[in-house]
Amino acid sequence: MNEVIARIQNVAKRVKRNVTFMEVCGTHTMAVSRSGLRDLFPANVRLISGPGCPVCVTDTNYIDAAIELARRPGVIVATFGDLVRVPGSDSSLERERAAGAQVRVVYSPADALALARENPDKQVVFLGVGFETTVPTVAWTIKKAAQDGVMNFSVLCAHKTMPFAMDALLKDQEVKIDGFICPGHVSVITGAQIYRFVPERYGIPCVVCGFEAWDVMKCVEMLLTQIAENRATVEIQYSRSVDERGNLTAQQLIAEVFEESDAGWRGIGVIPRSGLSIRSEFARWDATKSLGVKFGNAKPHSGCHCGDVLRGVMTPSECGLFGKVCTPTNPIGPCMVSSEGACAAFYKYERKAAA
Amino acid sequence: MKQDRILLAHGGGGSLTHELIERLFAPAFGMKELEDSAVVEFAGQRLAFTTDSYVVKPYFFPGGDIGKLAVCGTVNDLAMQGAQPLWLSLGMILEEGLPIADLERIVASIKAAAADVGVKIVTGDTKVVERGKCEGLYINTAGIGRVIADVSSTRVRPGDAVIVNGNLGEHGVAVLSRREGIAFQTSVISDCAPLWSLVQSALISGAEIHAMRDPTRGGLAVTVCDIAAASGVGIRLQESALPIGAEVRGACDLLGLDPLTIANEGKVVMVCRGADAGRVLDAMRGHPLGRDARVIGEVTEKPKGMAMLRTAIGGERIIDVPTGEDLPRIC
Amino acid sequence: MCLAVPAKIVELNGTTATISVEGALREVDVSLIEEPRLGDYVLVHAGFAITKWEESEYQEWKEIHEAVTQ
Repeated sequence: MNEVIARIQNVAKRVKRNVTFMEVCGTHTMAVSRSGLRDLFPANVRLISGPGCPVCVTDTNYIDAAIELARRPGVIVATFGDLVRVPGSDSSLERERAAGAQVRVVYSPADALALARENPDKQVVFLGVGFETTVPTVAWTIKKAAQDGVMNFSVLCAHKTMPFAMDALLKDQEVKIDGFICPGHVSVITGAQIYRFVPERYGIPCVVCGFEAWDVMKCVEMLLTQIAENRATVEIQYSRSVDERGNLTAQQLIAEVFEESDAGWRGIGVIPRSGLSIRSEFARWDATKSLGVKFGNAKPHSGCHCGDVLRGVMTPSECGLFGKVCTPTNPIGPCMVSSEGACAAFYKYERKAAA
Repeated sequence: MKQDRILLAHGGGGSLTHELIERLFAPAFGMKELEDSAVVEFAGQRLAFTTDSYVVKPYFFPGGDIGKLAVCGTVNDLAMQGAQPLWLSLGMILEEGLPIADLERIVASIKAAAADVGVKIVTGDTKVVERGKCEGLYINTAGIGRVIADVSSTRVRPGDAVIVNGNLGEHGVAVLSRREGIAFQTSVISDCAPLWSLVQSALISGAEIHAMRDPTRGGLAVTVCDIAAASGVGIRLQESALPIGAEVRGACDLLGLDPLTIANEGKVVMVCRGADAGRVLDAMRGHPLGRDARVIGEVTEKPKGMAMLRTAIGGERIIDVPTGEDLPRIC
Repeated sequence: MCLAVPAKIVELNGTTATISVEGALREVDVSLIEEPRLGDYVLVHAGFAITKWEESEYQEWKEIHEAVTQ
């Protein structure tokens, strides 16, 4: 480990100027904070968090819709644990559960389907959030429900994809990125090929990174080396799991069940083609069609700067609400409530108390 | 968002539990220093007095049951206050339909655990509620002990050593594996055990012991945060020194949980004068429940009131108090 | 955004398998990977195996991951 740190110091000296790398993926943000890596980077290297936290970028109106469903008698809302504490306009699934709503935490969308089979008199709605890593698991589950004729199961889809969001960030004048630490597990599914447009169109290096502290260090070294050598290309640090083409079975499954759509990213706005919606062949398992779910207007809380944090133009401590009004026990925006939101990670692992 | 109802997280031992106690209970009853037991003076004697309720689900789990837990948990709270456990009360709330065979097994368990410690169950109560109003049974025990040492979370000083007697996270993982809806299997068994004789051996070793806490709900994380806050000191733990078994780590990796926040029921975190660490370790390692005792960190002056972790790669991060609910996550 | 854990296939039942993460066992779906075999190492996310690892890759990961334990 010390050798990697030493090598990074050397390469950083060759680069000389200040560089900013964006960890797109929330799990990387968590890994960096949890291992105290920030202290070990050279002074001219700065890491910022990006919007790769599916919970953080889920709009309030999605949570509101989920809450409306949970309040309906005869409906069970099944969700990953990550969403339970996210605040909607004026409540959360956790609070609704305390008030008597049927909200069940599941580990896998397959568990939600099993729940539907076990409760034939109830409607089970699975909250479909997550990026390309999670999407094939939900696609498989929808297809299985269709194959087996399980009619009391549906998905409320808020799935999003990475490439168009990264492109939107790069077009944003306020955001300054010198290199991308690319998501590791999204890339298992999509292959590293999806990032080629970044060096090709913008001349910015990309390295697909694993999730151990050691992986992140190696990745930073590889990015700095590209910059020092005036190269911009897509490299794979996380070769244990990632190759150029990805998981074709998973990709085919996604294409079979989902199609591209525009998507609203909390704090950023609508990014065209960055979302997924369920194809009409599977409309019976699409909660917006089968259960008549309506999305209201997304209502951001005043003073909440999650959008700026997600775009990397503001650090958590620069937000006026951070640590004062907005804390993990009383989160205002999803960056604080999500277990891997930039603000939650910063608060949990890095805030320095008045010591 | 202001809380207007009790949430599951309020019972998790983390920040929401703290909030509930600090904002509602403590001010109502004028309670100040909230340690594992209260120390009261009566007729020239210092007594420790504590109570705990047990709602563990399922009530039979690998390594123990709710009965054993009800004895050990309360006995350990007395032990953490440097008190020899003497008497317990036993209150039972039974669900209509509970098999009497299960109740008999649990009572036998309570009897065995009490005999093991040498504590007497002197009084009790039984209530029955309708089917569906509790899960099998709930137990409350209150305990009284005789204080033989002056320990308190407020007495910790910079330079002190932080010691734990063995592997972390076993009870929580064992119970979680039997919880419906989580669906994973493990051979980890609960570490549920009475700690008085282990604690006693350390207390009579001549070492200067400042504080003792058992890392139950909320795990080691809550314990070190509480001690740091109570004494206004910093605590720095070494990640590479934390004793966590491969199986517990595997279960935590699988579910996305942090081993530092998982409950233990047979562990003590002991904070002693730095120079006495060797003496404490010798005393503990001579006891069956302390064979793997080790120093896991030290007390520092700063950052005041916070606990930090020196990570394996040499970085540093805050050990935070969890909010209270362990949930399987995808992120 | 993606917690995924490396695990070993210890039982195989058509499209599902029992995987072991250092002894912690769970049933997962293996439909997304090609020709799963007993003893294979896989990466598991949300109850599904999403890719295979060589044993050497697992050992390499284990070393980095366990740098935290003595």
